[in-house]
Parts: sequence; structure tokens; C-alpha cells
Amino acid sequence: MSFITRGFSGRSRERDERLPPGQTLVHDFPVLSAGPTPEVDTAEWEFTIRTESGEHRWNWDEFTALAIDDVDTDIHCVTHWSKLGTSWRGVSLDTLFEHVETEQEYVMAHSYGGYTTNVPLDELLDGKAWVAFEFDGEPLEPEHGGPARLLVPHLYFWKSAKWVRGLVMMDQDEPGFWEQNGYHLHGDPWTEERYW
Amino acid sequence: MSEATAQTTSPAAASAAAVPAVPRSGWHVATVASTRRETPNASRIELEVDGWPGNAAGQHLDVRLTAPDGYTATRSYSIASSGAGTRVTLAVDRLPDGEVSPYLVDDVRAGDMLEVHGPLGAFFVWAPDAAHAAAAVDARPVQLIAGGSGVVPLYAMAEAHGVAQDPTRFRLLYSVRSPDDVYFADELRRLAEASAPLQLDLVYTRRAPDGWRTPPARITREVLESAVIPAAERPRVFVCGSTGFVERVADWLVELGHDARSIRTERYGGT
Ligand SMILES: Cc1cc2nc3c(=O)[nH]c(=O)nc-3n(C[C@H](O)[C@H](O)[C@H](O)COP(=O)(O)OP(=O)(O)OC[C@H]3O[C@@H](n4cnc5c(N)ncnc54)[C@H](O)[C@@H]3O)c2cc1C
Repeated sequence: MSFITRGFSGRSRERDERLPPGQTLVHDFPVLSAGPTPEVDTAEWEFTIRTESGEHRWNWDEFTALAIDDVDTDIHCVTHWSKLGTSWRGVSLDTLFEHVETEQEYVMAHSYGGYTTNVPLDELLDGKAWVAFEFDGEPLEPEHGGPARLLVPHLYFWKSAKWVRGLVMMDQDEPGFWEQNGYHLHGDPWTEERYW
Repeated sequence: MSEATAQTTSPAAASAAAVPAVPRSGWHVATVASTRRETPNASRIELEVDGWPGNAAGQHLDVRLTAPDGYTATRSYSIASSGAGTRVTLAVDRLPDGEVSPYLVDDVRAGDMLEVHGPLGAFFVWAPDAAHAAAAVDARPVQLIAGGSGVVPLYAMAEAHGVAQDPTRFRLLYSVRSPDDVYFADELRRLAEASAPLQLDLVYTRRAPDGWRTPPARITREVLESAVIPAAERPRVFVCGSTGFVERVADWLVELGHDARSIRTERYGGT
């Protein structure tokens, strides 16, 4: 139902094919958070995966000793900004799930500070997601989710849970914190799954 | 939820009852009803939104502008108004190199049509509490903290509080560059004098009014400590402004003993 807005021309630019609809390219790194930034000490940090049969647990040293991937990717926030060609380092979810047996198909990511977001497991495997702890060659800043955040670049960035502390497997898809507060259950930027 | 509020007789509560706590969002055509200069750097824009379901105080919407070549730009704006009805008020600050805000502040005029998507956001909201209003018991006080245009959703909350004559204690700490940069200045003054009053504390960062107690300066932790409802009174705190402002203030609030879970934030971008 688009129509022309009188007097608006926008900045002259070529449309970048890598930008999903409704997104604007930015060069800084905006922040979407619902509360204060939690301070998480790596000495106390741990990451867990909980399934129907038990719990897998890594502390910071164990975690950063796992195979580490370099990830170059575009990221897209629901608040209409995108960054292209960002570089991250982190542990692939494929690595984390290597020894995890589960029949459950849905994941709730839990964060320090109490936030949650839901993602189907098959959207996290096969090279699609990481737990990242470096951005642009530096330790990930608290404001952007440090010490570690989920990185699921093919979905809107709120799914890339900041300050992530663990994943809880679920039989059914359930809305997390952001989804209960108006964001889409799934969050594909290419089909603009922003809000429900 | 609407059944509970419908039992009360106050007109404000009745009109609030017409708006579900989280109205369903969608795309709407908006016609600009009026614009006016809010500050030297900002405009207030009143929209008539076809099919708008109403909104809670604190929610935002997305504005989409379309250029003649089909290019579109979308940005989020907080809503300064709340309740039922199809009139929606925005207040937009001009960013010098911005793409959308200079258009909204300087070029848009009555009769223009835009697209809006909303209302959005169900977390950064405040609603008068009908049960507490009736019994006037145990309502936690509310502390609002705004930087610049970040006052927009907080003004909506303060206004909803005033309209509902809600007995909850309400206090707003508002950081502005100069006395000319206060958004909703008359309205805030009136709310401060009303029977469900708002306690208003202004901090001037560049130029203070003549004879002001302190020289202009950015908010510090000390100012925050002295002009915010103390942590011991367990206020619910809403902070809104540029990302840098919100980060600083929220960190200090936690240091001052406020429970992180009681602090809700809206970050507008920038540093
Ligand atoms: C939920 C939400 C609610 C918002 N509500 C309001 C509102 O009520 N009133 C209002 O005026 N704005 C509001 N904003 C900000 C608004 O969405 C735009 O970001 C702003 O108007 C700038 O858009 P632009 O196209 O003019 O600038 P752009 O062309 O997008 O950006 C220009 C440059 O300024 C930076 N920038 C973006 N935002 C800011 C900022 N706030 N401070 C400093 N630098 C910034 C950008 O990163 C970029 O580098 C809100 C943002 C969010 C996320």
C-alpha cells in the first residue's frame, strides 16, 4: 500500500542488495536493550545446554578452548539498522551440540539479566549460529552483549541474545522475553518478520 | 483485563479500558493533522491515523517515508499521546546529518500522508493501575529519566498519570541543553501543578536559566542520586534518550542500589 510521501527524496544512494527490506545501512553499532547492561565477570561466567536428559556445562576457560570460528557476516536489527561485513570470533553451535543428544526441537536462549529469546534448533545448526566473544578483533563489550552473545545473523539481531548464559531445549516453540513484548516469534529480516 | 477496568467509573479509566494492554500492531495510513515547532531543533507532529487501535503510554511506532523513485526509509518514533482514539502525537528532534528527522522537523506539513506501523513495544509502558487507584495501596513510585527527545514516551506516561489522577508518586528528571530545549514545557508545568502531581527536576547541560542554582553540566552520578527517588523506596524507573545517555544513567542507577529488574530503558541510537 505504498504511496509517495510529498517532499521526501531520501538520500541519493544505490540500493544495496545485501540490505533486507526496510533496513538502513549504519556504520556505528546501535544498541537495543530493555534494561541496564549487566556486568558479567568471566571468572563466574558459565554456559550450559539443558536437555530432557541432563545438562552440559562449560566455564570460560573450557569454552574458549573449544574450536573457534572466524565469522564474517551482515547483521540486521529490528529497529531498521543493518551493518554489513562485521567480523566476529566464537564457538559454533555445531561444536557445542556435537555431544548433546536431544529429541527436543526448540531452544530458549537465557541471558544474564534474565532475558530470553526462542529459536528453533535447526536454525542454530549447520553453520548458522555461534556463541561469539570477540567483535572486530576485540573482546565483546558489555553494551553489545559481552562477555559472550549468541550470534544468529540470518535472523533479526534480538535473537542473537546478549550476555547469553545457556540454552534450554523445549518440546514446543514458546515466546521469549522479546517475543512476549511484541517481537515476532521467528524474526526473518528478508520477509520482515518484525512484530506479531 | 478490560473487564476489570470497565467496572470503574472514572472517565479516564473507561477510555483506557477501550485500549487492550497490548493493542495489535499493523500498518496504517496517517495524515498529518498539524505541526508546530516544539523547540528550536524539534517539531511536534499530530497525526490522524486511519484505524489506529489506540496505544499505551510509552509505546512507539515506525514511520515509513517513500520517495518518488520508490526508495523508502523507516524510523522508530515514540508516541507522546496514549489511550483510545486515532490522534497520535510525535515529537521529533533534528539530527544534523539525518535522513528522516530533518524532513519530519522542517518539511512535513498538514495534509501530508505517511505510513505508520504500530503501536509497538509492550515492555516500556506504564498504565494507571485501576486497582491501586481504588485502594491507593502499595503502589511503587515511578521515576522517569529523560535525555533530550527521550522525554517523549515519558511525557506520555506523565500525562496518562495526570489524566487518570493516579495516586502513584511520579517524578521526572529531564536533561536538556537549555531552557529553550524543553519539550512539552507548558504541559509539564501544568502536570506539576495538577492534583496527581508530577515532580519535575530539570538539568541543563549547556545553558541554564538566569539565576539557576548550578552551572550547566551533564548529569552526574551525584545529581542522579539527589534528584531520583531513592533505591530504598523501590521505584520503577523508566530511562529514555540516546544510547550513551541511557547506558550511563542505567549503570549509575544499578551502582546506587536500584534493582536492575526495576529499570526499563529505551535507547534511541547515537552515542
Ligand atoms: C524505539 C525508538 C524510539 C524513538 N523515538 C524518537 C522520538 O520520539 N523522537 C526522536 O527525535 N527520535 C526518536 N528515535 C530516534 C529515531 O528513530 C531516529 O534514529 C532519528 O530521528 C534519526 O533518524 P535520521 O534518519 O534523521 O538519522 P540517520 O540518517 O538514521 O542517522 C544519522 C546519524 O545519527 C546517528 N543517530 C541516530 N540516532 C541518534 C540519536 N538519537 N542521537 C545521536 N545520534 C543518532 C546515526 O547512528 C547516524 O550515524 C527513536 C528511536 C527508537 C529506536
